Amino acid sequence: MRAALVFGLLSALPFGFTAAWVQNLFIFTLMYAALASAWNIVGGYCGYISLGHAAFFGVGAYAVGIAFTHWTIGGGYRPFYVLPLVGLGVALASVPIGWVAYRTRAATFAIVTITFLFVAQQLAYNLRSLTGGSQGIAIPTPSFPVASYDEPFYYAMLGVLALSMLASWYVRESKLGLSLVSIRDDEDRARGLGVQTTFAKLTAFAVSAGLVAMAGGIWAYYIAFIYPQFAVDPLVTIGMVLMVYLGGRGTLWGPVLGAFILVPAQQYLAYRLGASELYLVGYSAVFLVVMLLLPRGILPSFSDRARRMRVRRLPPGRHTEEAVAS
Amino acid sequence: MTALLEVEAASKRFGGVVAVDGCTLSVQAGTITGLIGPNGSGKTTVFNLVTGYLPADSGTIRFDGRVVRRPDPTRLARRGLIRTFQHARVFPNLTVVENLVLAAPQRWWQAGSVRVSRAERALADDLLGDFNLTAHAGTPAAELSFGQRKLLEFAATLMSRPRLVLLDEPAAGVNPVLVETIERHIRRLHAQGLSFLVVEHDMPLVMRLCDPVIVLDRGRKIAEGPARQVQQDANVLDAYLGA
Repeated sequence: MRAALVFGLLSALPFGFTAAWVQNLFIFTLMYAALASAWNIVGGYCGYISLGHAAFFGVGAYAVGIAFTHWTIGGGYRPFYVLPLVGLGVALASVPIGWVAYRTRAATFAIVTITFLFVAQQLAYNLRSLTGGSQGIAIPTPSFPVASYDEPFYYAMLGVLALSMLASWYVRESKLGLSLVSIRDDEDRARGLGVQTTFAKLTAFAVSAGLVAMAGGIWAYYIAFIYPQFAVDPLVTIGMVLMVYLGGRGTLWGPVLGAFILVPAQQYLAYRLGASELYLVGYSAVFLVVMLLLPRGILPSFSDRARRMRVRRLPPGRHTEEAVAS
Repeated sequence: MTALLEVEAASKRFGGVVAVDGCTLSVQAGTITGLIGPNGSGKTTVFNLVTGYLPADSGTIRFDGRVVRRPDPTRLARRGLIRTFQHARVFPNLTVVENLVLAAPQRWWQAGSVRVSRAERALADDLLGDFNLTAHAGTPAAELSFGQRKLLEFAATLMSRPRLVLLDEPAAGVNPVLVETIERHIRRLHAQGLSFLVVEHDMPLVMRLCDPVIVLDRGRKIAEGPARQVQQDANVLDAYLGA
């Protein structure tokens, strides 16, 4: 119901706002919402803080770029059709990476994954025949009509967001989600109960990586120039993580909410502060606010408050069960 | 009677500390075996070796006649060897029912199926009825009291249809009434054919419940036998009282 409303509004948006800057802003907002939702499957449900997801974003971007320069897939809408393939490929390729990274936990896992990010960036710099090194790859811009040039990208991003949220929802409602939450709560006990933790963690990692790569692919086509330092950018990871923490870890809508707050704010600040990277100060301020005031993110904090208020309104002696049931 | 669990000359050292030193013991099927010993005698380490949480430095461990080559708690749990922890570990972010259903045996291809199926719900409800937790079925486990968590953890081990349950201090930190409840449950399940290995400091409980009792000291077995006999064993008195 809520999903139908939100996605209905979002699909109607390009008809209401035709200004290029609005559509541009929304493409990035949707992209980050999709990235954050995908990251949430690993970082939120399962509690493993991966700082390497920008590597999969970059791999997706380069996959589309390389498809243009080396296999000439053709312009127009064609690159959008190969996206599912990119997603599937990256998902499969992420399994051995996840397998290695999952030998560690907590902070060590974060460090190992961020190492993968820099490995991917160095590969992008150095595999020159494939990636063009620091010269980057130029992707020919498609011949979409100028007036509605952004719309195909907008709807593609919306599609990836829908896919991410669908995956996130499905994972949450399934046995896989149950296993993931148990891993977040107490992994050792989950193992002792016979929960197949490695399988659950790797599945979550692969799904998450595949979705992030698809968003990266659209981004590359939209930006039309990809360089190692922007395609495999730690800031993309930090954006995802921050949005999930702001909106609410382990919730379905939290990451989306986080993206819809932070991306416009970031663009506004970048515009105000003259395209410098001063907006990063704003990022860290948000992180501080989240940690101090909303350690669990916006959505969980507010649903807690709503529940407490409901409990207060109940007659005495009937507290716990009804509040929990609702 | 056949030995369900056999530990043969198992050793485990942490740096310079030898926690388990050539320990040999076995748990016969259909018994409630007690495992006691002074603090630091290696009881918990034995538990961790047996359940696959720690690899043994040497020695063999056999469960159900088969040697456990690669220690792996998940695989052992699926073969019917399951444990509880000292401090009543439950999953706080899952509801009571979900805590139980999680422990039900599951194949990898079922990962996509619904969280709690109707059959699993019925099974969980039965268990909750047995453990007097029905009223809390939908409550997040974080909101349970310590005693309720203890019961929930115990109930969850049963959900996996185990053959040998290792209880790590089931009576630690709970009130006397609950100790009785737990004891009653252990007896009931034992009558249904389940075997237990119990680590416990509450000696009266061990003496009432367990037969045989195995005594560890400094990582070795120093006595084994019926509770009465062990109580009078010179080595045991020595280990507990010091000489």
